[in-house]
Amino acid sequence: MDKEIIISVKDLVMKYGSFTAVKGISFDVHKGEVFGLLGENGAGKTSTLEIIETLRKKTSGQVIVSGYNVDHHQPQIKSIIGVQLQAAGFYPGLRLTEILHLFAGLYNVNINPLDFLKDVDLLDKAKSKFSDLSGGQKQRFSIATTLINSPHIIFLDEPTTGLDPQARRHLWELIRGIKTKGTTIILTTHYMEEAEILCDRVGIMDEGKIIDLDTPSNLIDKLIQTGFKAEKKIKAANLEDVFLNITGKNITD
Amino acid sequence: MNTEMKYNRVRALFSLTKASLLNISRNPSTLVFGILFPIILIAIFGFIGNGSSTYQVGFSTNTDKSNPIYVAVSKISNLSISNLSPTEQQSELTKGNISAIIDIQPGNYPNTANVYLLTTAADPQGGAIVSNIITSIANEINLAAAHPRTIAVKIITDQVAGRKFKTIDFILPGMLGFGLLSTGVISTAFVFVSLKKTLVIKRLFATPINPGLILIAEGISRLIFSLVQSIIIIGFGVIGYGYTLVNGLSTFLAMLVLSAIGLIVFLGFGLLVSSLVKNENAVPSVSNLITLPQFLLAGTFFPVAGFPDLLQKISSILPLTYFNTAMRKISFEGANFADISKELLVLVIWGIVIYAIAIKMFSWESEE
Repeated sequence: MDKEIIISVKDLVMKYGSFTAVKGISFDVHKGEVFGLLGENGAGKTSTLEIIETLRKKTSGQVIVSGYNVDHHQPQIKSIIGVQLQAAGFYPGLRLTEILHLFAGLYNVNINPLDFLKDVDLLDKAKSKFSDLSGGQKQRFSIATTLINSPHIIFLDEPTTGLDPQARRHLWELIRGIKTKGTTIILTTHYMEEAEILCDRVGIMDEGKIIDLDTPSNLIDKLIQTGFKAEKKIKAANLEDVFLNITGKNITD
Repeated sequence: MNTEMKYNRVRALFSLTKASLLNISRNPSTLVFGILFPIILIAIFGFIGNGSSTYQVGFSTNTDKSNPIYVAVSKISNLSISNLSPTEQQSELTKGNISAIIDIQPGNYPNTANVYLLTTAADPQGGAIVSNIITSIANEINLAAAHPRTIAVKIITDQVAGRKFKTIDFILPGMLGFGLLSTGVISTAFVFVSLKKTLVIKRLFATPINPGLILIAEGISRLIFSLVQSIIIIGFGVIGYGYTLVNGLSTFLAMLVLSAIGLIVFLGFGLLVSSLVKNENAVPSVSNLITLPQFLLAGTFFPVAGFPDLLQKISSILPLTYFNTAMRKISFEGANFADISKELLVLVIWGIVIYAIAIKMFSWESEE
């Protein structure tokens, strides 16, 4: 089945001085999918993302986002994407509603901030400052800001890093909800389970190169076909399930 | 969002300026250094100064007593002329009981005079006041001579004599400079370094707004804040301590305009610091390197006239020195902008140089 390509990356190279962080990668992202870049810290995922987001100038290669070239059409791209940076902050003195109004102005849209806060379960924190939120709340709010301009594509850089299991699962539900609305999602992660559960397709990145790119299911099948046997006996549940079950599925953050 | 629609930059700029302004006004250090400190210092100096507002001056034996300056001084109510002998005057000067000894001699050209002022380290405040009074009188006389339409010296002298010079008249311009330099450098540097470090600015960069407009929004919001700051400081001085606005409202407005110009120059320094410094912990040291010498050597709290030559030379190149001088001329002597063109020129040159360097060194990220 022919899927419409919404992002196309060809031979992308990123050098910082003498260090090459991205060594000539190529991949496409299909419209409406959740595409993951999986890899350890330093693999080149964030650099790749920032280049597509027009936040960083690439060394060489070609990147097209929704028909726009990142070299020539940055404002157009910026207006149709939402971006969640890893560990980004907002004006510390501002309340959540004021931050949302700020971004609405920057994107030239009119919004009701409370609707956005409701969607991410932060309505009761409307008058709080960003710095007063917990880690999970900050990530949820960050994601809310990516949706202000009703973007076609959102980029999430390590959205659940540093979160406890409950907060992580809550965020996964949020991301799935965004996907059902037809938004294309690109995320980076070094949590294998996250990539397996959330992503339609995953690109495995290591030392600046994409080693393999496929659906999580196919990747696992390929491995098993080589005769690989997992070390531990896989049970029907794992320890994280135990923890969540014992402490209850209520969100405590 | 409809990408066919033209992007409304003004709306984006307005939203960002508003957000930046809210952010600055809620920042404790900005409020403390920018408003609280100047007000406290004014209160302290005003309190001390309001007690004794009469200063003793001495004249040299062969002072030209027909000179308008001598006449003016003899009519000013808070200056009392000592009738001690020259040796006694010197001794009293050393002790600080006499604030200054004035010597008026005919100048090199007809109808000119040279005025020499001897002040003492024992009474820097008094020396400053007398020095300002004499300068003020001399400037008004010179202005009258330069502007044919103005009135005769005699009448100006009477006007000068009618005014009461207070300590606050000397202190307040310096406090304005202090507040504006603090806001321009320290607050900007702190906030910018922190914003870069916490990736706030990078997040803004991901929106369609032109990156240059982000800096402009930050600049405008600080300008607005500093105007409010100036109004508060001047208002406090006028209402609390009877600060003299020589020409009333037009003096007030002129002071605000000069404040805005000063702030824009000082913002350049703040921008430069934020480009040089990667870590919030280093901001105080680098900022202090730029602000402290100026606070001390620009005549903010006391005149530099008695300092060693080297310090005076340094003082003569600092932007705050020219700001303070210009502010005093406007507020003390009712000078207009044409009269402070020299000071304005120096400030503008400083601004151009600093902004050129700052913009060249500026990066959106806190480290590469």
